[in-house]
Amino acid sequence: MPVFTISGMILRSLFGRPATRMYPAVRRDDLKGSRGHIEIAIDDCVFCGLCQRKCPTEALAVDRNAKLWEINRLRCISCNCCCEVCPKKCLSMAGGYSAAVSSPAEAEKHHA
Amino acid sequence: MIEFQDLRETTPERLLGEVQEMRNSGYRLVQIGATRTEGFEINYSFDRNLAFVNLKIRLADNDQVIPSITDVYWSAFLYENELHDLFGLQIRNINIDYQGNFYKVTRPAAFAERPVVAPRPKRTVKPAADTEDREK
Amino acid sequence: MTKRTIIPFGPQHPVLPEPIHLDLVVEDETVVEAIPSIGFIHRGLEKLVEKRDFQEFVYVAERICGICSFIHGMTYCHGVEQLMKIEVPARAHYLRTVWSELSRIHSHLLWLGLTADAFGFESLFMHSWRLREKVLDIIEATTGGRVIFGSCKIGGVRRDIENAELKAIAARLQDYAKEYKELGDVFLNDLTVKRRLCGVGTLSGADALQLGAVGPMLRASGVAQDMRLLKYAAYGEIAFAPITASEGDSYARCAVRIGEIFQSVDIIRQCSEKIPAGAIETKVVGFPDGEFYARTEQPRGEVIYYVKANGTKNLERLRVRTPTFANIPAMLKVMPGIQLADVPVLVLTIDPCISCTER
Repeated sequence: MPVFTISGMILRSLFGRPATRMYPAVRRDDLKGSRGHIEIAIDDCVFCGLCQRKCPTEALAVDRNAKLWEINRLRCISCNCCCEVCPKKCLSMAGGYSAAVSSPAEAEKHHA
Repeated sequence: MIEFQDLRETTPERLLGEVQEMRNSGYRLVQIGATRTEGFEINYSFDRNLAFVNLKIRLADNDQVIPSITDVYWSAFLYENELHDLFGLQIRNINIDYQGNFYKVTRPAAFAERPVVAPRPKRTVKPAADTEDREK
Repeated sequence: MTKRTIIPFGPQHPVLPEPIHLDLVVEDETVVEAIPSIGFIHRGLEKLVEKRDFQEFVYVAERICGICSFIHGMTYCHGVEQLMKIEVPARAHYLRTVWSELSRIHSHLLWLGLTADAFGFESLFMHSWRLREKVLDIIEATTGGRVIFGSCKIGGVRRDIENAELKAIAARLQDYAKEYKELGDVFLNDLTVKRRLCGVGTLSGADALQLGAVGPMLRASGVAQDMRLLKYAAYGEIAFAPITASEGDSYARCAVRIGEIFQSVDIIRQCSEKIPAGAIETKVVGFPDGEFYARTEQPRGEVIYYVKANGTKNLERLRVRTPTFANIPAMLKVMPGIQLADVPVLVLTIDPCISCTER
């Protein structure tokens, strides 16, 4: 019976450590620089609306009079454009995916 | 830095003759695409050893029937069926003709409609305020 | 006269990564003809240029496909930059080259896995994808995303990789290359794999050229055509030669793709040594005007972006012709004469990326 070329790989995976992890009990640390979700330091925001204009998926809405900044998490693609154009640098990308929701979300609101 | 692109114009009558010349000179078909301008423009692109040649024909309307080049290049039937389904262009003698069922689109010839630049929809924010200028 | 039956293949089929439908006309077990039917995931993305301005459209262009996403974005940026005569800084060109080659490595490893699945070798499929995960980790560490990079923009790139990190990545890939060699040996030397790949779907060089085949499908039939020789991005300063094979069967295409993995590792090593310091982007002013055909080499072959602009912030027309669209006629021509069980291998041998094909 011929020895298959893949025998080395098979034996190593049979007797070695598994290549997978037991998610969700064991989570992977986020790599530095991974895209996650957008966070805002609402006290620094001047509600200029630049982030809303630049967002390619129209996930942001800003109301200057009501001092309201809201984001629709399901539309956000974590592209980082809003963080780059914010003149006050109050937007940042934090790690971790946005949580799953069970119905089409209302926008997440932040008041100053 | 990038290669010189030979963009030529031709007419639907001279199209088959020029495509046959391309084939005889050893060019391969790269793509066939259409653009909706005032009328239509159809681009036939060819390549040989990284040298790029493009033949463009202009049509006033998509009623005009143009000949298929599938006799010369067998693989052109995919592009020509796509042009028919998306732009409504009439092409006769395609060797494998899906007769409008290539892409099962709900709106036939959707790409032949003029582009409508719709204003960005206003996002409703409570309380409704008209102070934000949301149109770019 | 044997009876002919028509067997529908797809759009739901375990080996297909994306839906495509083939009507196979078979006599007993031999396929006589194949008639394709595409359009299941046609999203009409080309019409979206009317709504998204030309700078935002990079995000849409990247999402045309999940496997070759970076090169779609890069070709779009390349096309618009040539129209606007923007000089992209050299460092950005090198970074784009690095990411393109990382894209190519992960795409070919994905293809190796899917091909193994197509002829039923699931453990080999899992091993290929296990090796692919390590490349995806490198990509995520440098761009932030595993599949959709989001790092290309008109005028340059959005993130930088420091030289030390780049050298570390190149060194790590050299280590991974030993595992790729082991994986490649299974594909190329194993008795059972060779029985499924050798002699299946032979395509001659002249036929491949006339049918419009591109990429590894063409290079495995002996024609040395590679769009990277057009010297876009940093390819003008990197030494490489297109990898070809001469038999033109599925085994040759497998060998070409495995060879390209090693070639990509080498190109990344060269980039890490030659990358200059400097800015990573140029400011974009004004609007594009004119028309241009941008051609680059995706893992599957030549992609061409026809960009037409008229001086406003929306492009007038964007036409994308992806390599799978060009390879479908070649796939149809090699089908007659094969056994029904070889159909999945031949469908996979063009490396079908149907979401690219239908945009």
